[in-house]
Amino acid sequence: MPKLKIEDLQKIKQRVQQTTNLREGKSRAKITVHMGTCGIAAGARDIMDAVMEIIENNNVDDVIITTSGCAGLCSQEPMATVELPGQTPVKYIDLTKAKIAKIFDGHVMNGKIVADFVLGVGSEQTH
Amino acid sequence: MEQLNTEPTKTTANAQKPFRMSVLVCAGTGCVSNNSFKVMEALQDEIKKHNLEKEIQIVGTGCNGFCAEGPLLVVQPDEIFYAQLKVKDIPLLVEEHFLKGRPVEKFMYTPPEGEVAIPKMSDIDFFAHQRLIALRNRGLIDPEKIDEYIGRDGYTAIAKALTEMSPAEIVQEIVDSGLRGRGGAGFPSGVKWQLCAKQDSDTKYIVCNADEGDPGAFMDRSIIESDPHSVIEGMLIGAFGMGASEGFIYIRNEYPLALERLHVAIEQAEKYGLLGENILGTNFSFKMNVVRGAGAFVCGEETALIASIEGKLGEPRPRPPYPVESGLWGKPTNINNVETWANVPIIIDRGAKWFASIGTETSKGTKVFSLVGKINNTGLLEVPMGITLRDIIYKIGGGIPNGKKFKAIQSGGPSGGCIPEDQLDLPVDYESLSEAGSMMGSGGMVVMDEDTCMVDVARYFLTFTRDESCGKCAPCREGTWQMHEILTKITEGNGTLNDLAVLEALAEVVKDTSLCGLGQTAPNPVITTLRYFRDEYLAHIEKKECQAHVCRELNTYIIHGDVCKTDGKGCGVCRRECPDKAITGEKGKAHVIDQQLCGKCGVCYDVCNFNAITIE
Repeated sequence: MPKLKIEDLQKIKQRVQQTTNLREGKSRAKITVHMGTCGIAAGARDIMDAVMEIIENNNVDDVIITTSGCAGLCSQEPMATVELPGQTPVKYIDLTKAKIAKIFDGHVMNGKIVADFVLGVGSEQTH
Repeated sequence: MEQLNTEPTKTTANAQKPFRMSVLVCAGTGCVSNNSFKVMEALQDEIKKHNLEKEIQIVGTGCNGFCAEGPLLVVQPDEIFYAQLKVKDIPLLVEEHFLKGRPVEKFMYTPPEGEVAIPKMSDIDFFAHQRLIALRNRGLIDPEKIDEYIGRDGYTAIAKALTEMSPAEIVQEIVDSGLRGRGGAGFPSGVKWQLCAKQDSDTKYIVCNADEGDPGAFMDRSIIESDPHSVIEGMLIGAFGMGASEGFIYIRNEYPLALERLHVAIEQAEKYGLLGENILGTNFSFKMNVVRGAGAFVCGEETALIASIEGKLGEPRPRPPYPVESGLWGKPTNINNVETWANVPIIIDRGAKWFASIGTETSKGTKVFSLVGKINNTGLLEVPMGITLRDIIYKIGGGIPNGKKFKAIQSGGPSGGCIPEDQLDLPVDYESLSEAGSMMGSGGMVVMDEDTCMVDVARYFLTFTRDESCGKCAPCREGTWQMHEILTKITEGNGTLNDLAVLEALAEVVKDTSLCGLGQTAPNPVITTLRYFRDEYLAHIEKKECQAHVCRELNTYIIHGDVCKTDGKGCGVCRRECPDKAITGEKGKAHVIDQQLCGKCGVCYDVCNFNAITIE
């Protein structure tokens, strides 16, 4: 293995931070893929795979990808929720790989809600 | 760099991949002994079963600190904290939380007095009051992957030191930071570095003292287990600042996991050219050696440690000359403890001013403590200097278990002293603890409750120092032996007031005349218990009474006939178990102990299920 130069430290750091940043809770957005039984049956795993692929190919290191259970609208699965810090969560329905890619580019990276696939903005009241 | 990417090691390949979730499994010695490696294996199997291995990363980290609740697991980015996990819990956990995103409440931590589980790590009192500097990477990185250390700004401090600072500036930075030795005495590290840097010699050595020997102390072990590179980087900076080109880490052989991780870390640093010739492409070269100690307590003393590295008998010698003038093989040598070295990189990285802004007037920065004994949250913690003992015990430690009353806290190991309830608002810094008769020491803290006999505690520590005394100088060799004899006499009920006077005189003589720190501090447990708990000594001597019922020779075991007969129906268990055949009685009738025959072993008290036996 070649010996490191000072500038190599920075390169290693950037590469590693793809995984470690999220351990420290730093993020620009959170994508929740709904993975209840209905979601998985409708293809939520493909959506998850697609999201993982996008962040890997684009070296995105500050987006939290998480899962949650059924969102209650089983007929509209697969679903995902995108949440930017300080903003109301947005729910997307009837997703495909192509749709989630557009959402990632538009909403997650550039802050513009992709209105075509939106179910609604906001969450149910919990109290 | 190109080559680095085309020929990825296992380390770099893993680190490159983005994951949506990191599962940080504590793999410190405490959790490992609670089966955390098995839990980790089960996690890997289960994650594979659900095809999640591309999305979820499992990381074995160093000690998380909350040892009482192990095996531990922290799930990021949600920061969900799971405690006391078992292998059989894993399938449910993986399916519910990792696949479906529903954290599992029944595996979360519930505080002793609370009823509701606390999901997030930062909301748990044990963690919320800590400030991590020396332990900055604990639980966050895999200690066996150098890339993860670099990812958390590792080795940027040595890069800064080599390219932007002169050796003199580095030493001055440590002086300005106010960092003091974390191994016990608290000597200003910067001053020590200055003295070493001034020495005119072609060869100088630096040493890391990892010969942690205090009973109940595991700070240094945990630092090496969770972040070995922080120690290596600290030593590199020190070596450059003081003009040394070779260093030694003296670590006890009883720390197998720490030793293994240290070797892995050194090997990885060597491969990256962070140890060896022309580090980071500069003219600076440094060779690192690891020396295993055989576990003699006295080898934590610097002159004895040097003798041990040289292959000689581990015995101290008189100072001066100090190691900084004539140390290893007669060359100028700087010795710092593990925690001191671990603080160095971040001081260089963030500046002396930042470090000096934390802590008190005389004690800067933070201190790592291992909290053990009669305390709910046994574990490893790091707090800013100046925090009160009360906050450590009640806020972080979660108080005393089973509703018992606090009696004393022992800091500084066998060289320290016992601090009573009325001194608990003392700020933790070098001076305050010394004034109270104890010392900072390396950071072991043992909490004692009302069931602890303070005379017995003094005897326990004297047994330790008597056994560990190397025997070179008479005050320590004979003094600790004599003090131990007197303490034993008192705990057996044969002490006199004259013994007490002799004990006090002896303690002063041993303290003043011993050759090294071991003997000079060995009387501290006796001196402080006499100062704060004299009434207990007097009760043992005058009333032949041990209030905590620890000193068995002073106990009288009594069977309450009515309870024995009505509740226990004369079950006879005590009669059968008594090794002295001192108990008589028939089934259905009250039993009686013949005090003449009773050997005071206490077995009857332990086996009685009906609380029919009391100790008077």
